Amino acid sequence: MRGAKWLLLKDLQILRRSPLQAALLVIYPILIAVLVGFAISRGPEDPRVAFLNEVPAGTRINVGGQELPKANVKDRICHRVECVFVSDREEAQEKVESGDVLAALVLPSDLVNRINSLSTLTPGVPEVEVLVNEENAVKAELVDDRITTLLAQANLAIARRIGAEGGRYLGLLVEGGQFEVLGETIPILGLRTSARILAQVTPALPPSLRPSLEEVTDFAAQARDNLDVAKPLIDRLAQPIAVDKVVVGGESPPLEIFAIAVAATLTLAFVVVLLVAGSLALEREENAFSRLTRGLVSNAGLLGEKIFLGIAVGLVVTLLMLIGMRFFVPLELGRIGLWLAAILASGAALGAAGAALGAAAREVRAVSLLAFMVTLPIAFLSLVPSGAVSPAAFDLIRYVTALFPFKPALEAITAALDEAGPGIGGPLLHLALLFVAYAVLARLALRRFAAV
Amino acid sequence: MRATDVVKRFGEREALRGVSFEAGPGELVAIIGPNGAGKTTLLSILAGISKPDEGEVDSSNGQVGWVPQQAALYRRLTVEENLLLFARLEGHEDPRASAEEMLELTGLRDRRGEIVARLSGGNQQRINIAIGLLSRPAVLLLDEPSVGLDPRQRARLWEFVSALAGRGTTVIFSTHDIQEAERYGGRVLVLADGESLFDGPASDLREAVRSEAPESADRDFETAFVAYLQHRGH
Repeated sequence: MRGAKWLLLKDLQILRRSPLQAALLVIYPILIAVLVGFAISRGPEDPRVAFLNEVPAGTRINVGGQELPKANVKDRICHRVECVFVSDREEAQEKVESGDVLAALVLPSDLVNRINSLSTLTPGVPEVEVLVNEENAVKAELVDDRITTLLAQANLAIARRIGAEGGRYLGLLVEGGQFEVLGETIPILGLRTSARILAQVTPALPPSLRPSLEEVTDFAAQARDNLDVAKPLIDRLAQPIAVDKVVVGGESPPLEIFAIAVAATLTLAFVVVLLVAGSLALEREENAFSRLTRGLVSNAGLLGEKIFLGIAVGLVVTLLMLIGMRFFVPLELGRIGLWLAAILASGAALGAAGAALGAAAREVRAVSLLAFMVTLPIAFLSLVPSGAVSPAAFDLIRYVTALFPFKPALEAITAALDEAGPGIGGPLLHLALLFVAYAVLARLALRRFAAV
Repeated sequence: MRATDVVKRFGEREALRGVSFEAGPGELVAIIGPNGAGKTTLLSILAGISKPDEGEVDSSNGQVGWVPQQAALYRRLTVEENLLLFARLEGHEDPRASAEEMLELTGLRDRRGEIVARLSGGNQQRINIAIGLLSRPAVLLLDEPSVGLDPRQRARLWEFVSALAGRGTTVIFSTHDIQEAERYGGRVLVLADGESLFDGPASDLREAVRSEAPESADRDFETAFVAYLQHRGH
């Protein structure tokens, strides 16, 4: 162990003597981590959509000869996206082509007329025009999703308005009232009043006529009752399926906590894996390995020293990062014991994985590249949520990510940061198992290290 | 140091085929042979880095110092830091005094604070050897110590190594430079394809070459030595 102490001091001395590399080792992962955390924590901004409304002012949708009030389609759309109002189609096209806006929505001048034609014998097809710039597949899919959502919103708004008008007419039929048509007001008696009047006049009629009149009265009452039922049905037609969201699993932490956990885990993973793998490979690159293991330090001692170095530096960097994050997001400092447990366990498992990697290549540069090639994809795969890919692909991702310490480290750090989140025990146990497995692999790799 | 019938195999290939030899205190033994002869394999077995498949190695007089072909030291540390580190790893009671002693021995006292990476190959090799000496070995093994050194650096290196032998350290070094072996090796062990072809004083090697390859007797020693190897089937 005494030898390991001197080796640890030597490694720190070498780190201190390479300020650029040390800075890169710390700053680069933090930069990546903060960027990833920032990207995850901030949902996409409202997309900018050019909006051109060519429908003449004051034009209204007409149902049964009656103009509907404004459906506020524009307001509803612009609530969901950042509307950039343009004056003509050319301007809309130019903004889409330049990338200033994600898409352009053009409401043509005959849109309302075509909607109105739906209730005639010669119905047209109401169309809106969407201009998009599908410069890449991801953007194209995003635009499709957004436009589909926007049109669904617009359709819903119109359908609701039509439904409301239909309901109003039904109300008029049931309850009676005033009906405006062609500038004149026509009084509507309504089924309820009709039934009441018929009931009142029935006793005054000759007995032979009463059964017939009672049939009419019953019909009026039945029609009134059934139309009362029809009204909420028409209301629901606009949006027949309501969503009742029930959370049944995956207690998700607040987004900002998750983002910080991702950033911290990424930093820890890169610092520890790169440092442990690199410092182990350095022993070989400097030809010192065979000299050291000729009785000066045992293989286990050398391995332990490298993992300890990774844990120590990773702990300092990650703690500093978390403390720095407290300026932006309230993190409960009272949970620092759990932070330490999560970071130490994660650092140990990541360090053992780094040691196993470190024995796989001859040079520090090759090992660094290998560490990046392994850590980065695993980190991204660990962030893939269930449902984002096919079940078979997700199962595969789950098994692959379970073999590397990044995901359990993320779970442990998330649990340590999130008071209301799931327990930390499971991830710590997972990390402990991975530590043992990778330590054994690293021991075997060290034998190969000595033999080559 | 004694090696008896040492055999080492790498898969099907036999790198050493029953090599035996002895070296006493203060002796300078050169192991010579072409590339792939088994020189480094033999030295690494003598150093304890790898184990023989057959045969025995015995170093009854104490520790064996190992100086690999490529300098095994930390290039980002200074000369003194390297010596201190290895003195501490060796468990010296006064590592500073040991480092001072080695600085004196290598003649690098004035350059103690310099980063090793900035030193010449010759000076790096001197530190490499000094680190090998920190264990105060009775036997010092040097694997092609003069490779990459210019003639002046080479001369200084051999002056240093000869002085060690003069103090009683058994020095065994490998080389494929026949003239270097003849000049500095008190005894020469010739290896070819893992087989020991000659073991004796350097002066006897010249005689053995002359008798084995008389047609090359009037040519330079290196050419004659190559002819000797060919006569012996290598």
